[in-house]
This record gives sequence, structure tokens and C-alpha cells, in this order.
Amino acid sequence: MKKEDVILCRCEDVTLKQLHDCFDEGYTTFEEVKRILRIGMGPCQASTCSLLVQREIAKYTKQPLDKVKTHVIRPLITGVPLGSIAKEAKDES
Amino acid sequence: MKHVDLLIIGGGPSGLAAAKMAAESGVSSLIIERDTKVGGQLVKQTHMFFGSEKQYAKTRGINIAEILINDCKEHDDKISYMTETTVVGLYPDYVVTVMDRNHKYSKIKANTILVATGASEKVLAFENNDLPGIYGAGAVQTLMNVHGVLPGQDVVMVGSGNIGLIVSYQLMQAGVNVKRVIEAASVIGGYKVHASKLKRLGVEITTNMTVKSAQGNGALESIVVQKLDDDWQFIPGTEEEISVDALCISVGLSPLSNLLSMVGCEMKYVSALGGNVPVIDHSHETTVPNIFVAGDVCGVEEASSAIVEGYYVGLIIGNRLGKTHPHYERLIQDFTQQLDNLRSGPFGEKTRSGLAQLRGEQHA
Repeated sequence: MKKEDVILCRCEDVTLKQLHDCFDEGYTTFEEVKRILRIGMGPCQASTCSLLVQREIAKYTKQPLDKVKTHVIRPLITGVPLGSIAKEAKDES
Repeated sequence: MKHVDLLIIGGGPSGLAAAKMAAESGVSSLIIERDTKVGGQLVKQTHMFFGSEKQYAKTRGINIAEILINDCKEHDDKISYMTETTVVGLYPDYVVTVMDRNHKYSKIKANTILVATGASEKVLAFENNDLPGIYGAGAVQTLMNVHGVLPGQDVVMVGSGNIGLIVSYQLMQAGVNVKRVIEAASVIGGYKVHASKLKRLGVEITTNMTVKSAQGNGALESIVVQKLDDDWQFIPGTEEEISVDALCISVGLSPLSNLLSMVGCEMKYVSALGGNVPVIDHSHETTVPNIFVAGDVCGVEEASSAIVEGYYVGLIIGNRLGKTHPHYERLIQDFTQQLDNLRSGPFGEKTRSGLAQLRGEQHA
């Protein structure tokens, strides 16, 4: 299989090869690979790739899928123009 | 900041059903829907449903959506909507941030929140899986049945669950050549009645087979499929090339539970429920008090279960807000019974074991 032609994250164009290379360097948690590859950080916020990544981590670290730590989703869930946020900025304290 | 009693995220079957029951209990709600109109995935389902009459069996999905929408219209004073609006953030102080079609960003505070965001299609990792022409089966159903657009002329369907079978049949009805349905497992996943309809049209369903790679110059031109052994490993020498201009991936759905993870609900990976689901109690409340869930977001099932779950949770939320439905006890019992019925039998086994796992119960 040509791992460089297998896309895991469509938003950020991350391939299976990049993920496996990351594992080989010792980064085997979702939070780590996310920070290195930006995998799961695009417009869909990992709704497409998260299960694929979890499965690859499970295979590589030889643990059952339900033992693989999932990643934390942070706001915002999709792209919001900064101008839109600035326009709504009010002191509500 | 806008303030509501009940904020419902997602205007699909469970969200609408919950809004109705909450309204009957005397609770006002605001439904936030990303799409241009409410109704969820029902609006593209032109086939008739199974089940019992209580869940609108023998009615087409699109007509069930109409029934639910009309039911809500009867409570116009209690139910309001924001369509083409996406919830972009959910925070522990019960503030939700939204963005509308004009990119206007605003905040809403709620006393209770129902997350009814549904599920999204799972994808497969294979060579050139990003070529144009490779679709999710649900996306194809939307293209055809909502927008009247064909995905291609020659199609292979990957996955023989009910969605794969139904969409294959609808593709054939639309004049598309479904060359084959392939299934990685050793048995067909969906109902026999759907599979038989396809077979009568001459569509071959091959089990123990999956897609290995896609080829094409700028767009999909062909795929290579290959047989799998019982351990899901490719059997060498069984590759077969099929020329197609569209490939439909129908390998299941996974709960759209992002917002729940964001707000800090305890999550668990339960394969039988489709992926990462929130830990909930019997009232469908998550580990964050006053945040409830209903429908596919807490375990992928049929739309019928999503509707009943919505009704059930709508009642519970009413009660939580101090407004108890006049027939509370009877209805709770009725909906519980309906859910048990829907999950009985061999096709409900997956859901039953998934829920048992989620609740940490010993699987009976």
C-alpha cells in the first residue's frame, strides 16, 4: 500500500504515511499527533478522521480500540471570522 | 444575551420530538439547525419505514419529517427556530455560541440543553481515497433525493447495511448502474428485504470483500477490490479491477458528539454504538448536569428510535424544569416500552450490548 496516497484527514491533507512516521518518532497519542500534524484541526474538527486515527493508534500501540485515549475537542467547532467575534465582544461580567 | 429554558441543538427527528413533548409540558424551546430547514436526515429518505405504527411504519421518511414539523407548528408559541445557524461552542456555564448564515456570531444562555446533533458518515482509508467521485452513501442520497443530482453512471457501493442497500436500490431506480455491493463482513448487514430487492434487479452483493485502492486522473475512473479472510486480512491474488465513476462508502455512522466532548461530558468509545458517545444515565442526562442527549449522538440507531428518544427526553426535561406533562407517568412508560421493542430481536442486539457496555452493566 502506498501510504502517502492514503488521506486520513481531508481538511488538513494528512496522509497515513505522515501519521506512521509520527508514531515511529514516539508520538503515539492523539493530542501529540494533532499538535504535530494538525490532523483533526481543520474545518470538520476531526469528525471525519478521529476514528481512523484512533484505529491506527490502537494498531500501532497494540491496545484495544476502546482503550485508546480520545482527543479533547476545543471551541470553536468550525471556522468563525475574527471580525464576527470582535463585533459581538461585550463586557458581560 | 438571549436566555432560553431549553436549547435544542439539531432539528432532526429527536430534536423535533423533544420540542413537541417539552411544549406539551409547558416548556419553551429554541431549536438551532445548521441546515436551511428542520427535519434532519428524514427529508432525504424516500423509502417507507418499518417498525410499528407508533413510529410511523409504512410512512416514507420525508413524510415522517412533515408530521414532526407539523406537530411542532401546533406549538408555535412555545417553539422557535434558528436555521442555517451552527453551534460553534458549548461551555460549562450553559452558554452556547452560534454563527448564522451571515457569519453573525452570538451567545445564548440556556437552563437546559439537549444535544441532538445526530451522526456523520464513517470513512475508509485506502489509496487515493480523496479522488473526486468518492462519496459517502448518505451524501449521495442527499444529492439525489434532495437536489436531484446523480453522483455518476457506474457505481460500486461499499457496505451492505441498510443505508448501503437502500441507497443502492434508489440509485438503480434513478437509472444508475450499481455494478456491485461489496461487504467486508461475511454476512449482509442490512435487512433481507432490502437485499432481496437488489438481488431481484440483478445487483450482485459480494461478502468478505473491500476496496483496496482507487485510480483516476483527476477524478475516479476505477477501483480495485479484494477478498478478505476471516481475520479481515487481504487474500493475495484476489484483486479485481472495476471501472466506476462513483464509489459510495457506506460503512456506518459515528455519533457527532464533538460538542459534548468540548463541554467536558465524560465520553466513552463504544464500537457497537458507532464511536465516541457520552456517558449517560437512564434519563439521558450526561455527566454535566442539565445537558441531555437524544438520537444518534448517543448511539447510532434507526430514525424511529431517535424519535422515541426525543419524546422521552422532552418529557424528562419538562419535569426537570418544574413543568410536568399531564400524562407524564403513562408516556414515560409507553416510550420506554417502545424503545425496548425497537431494540428487541437480532437487529437490536448491537444496541443492547452497546448500551450495556456504556452503562458498565454486565452484558446479559
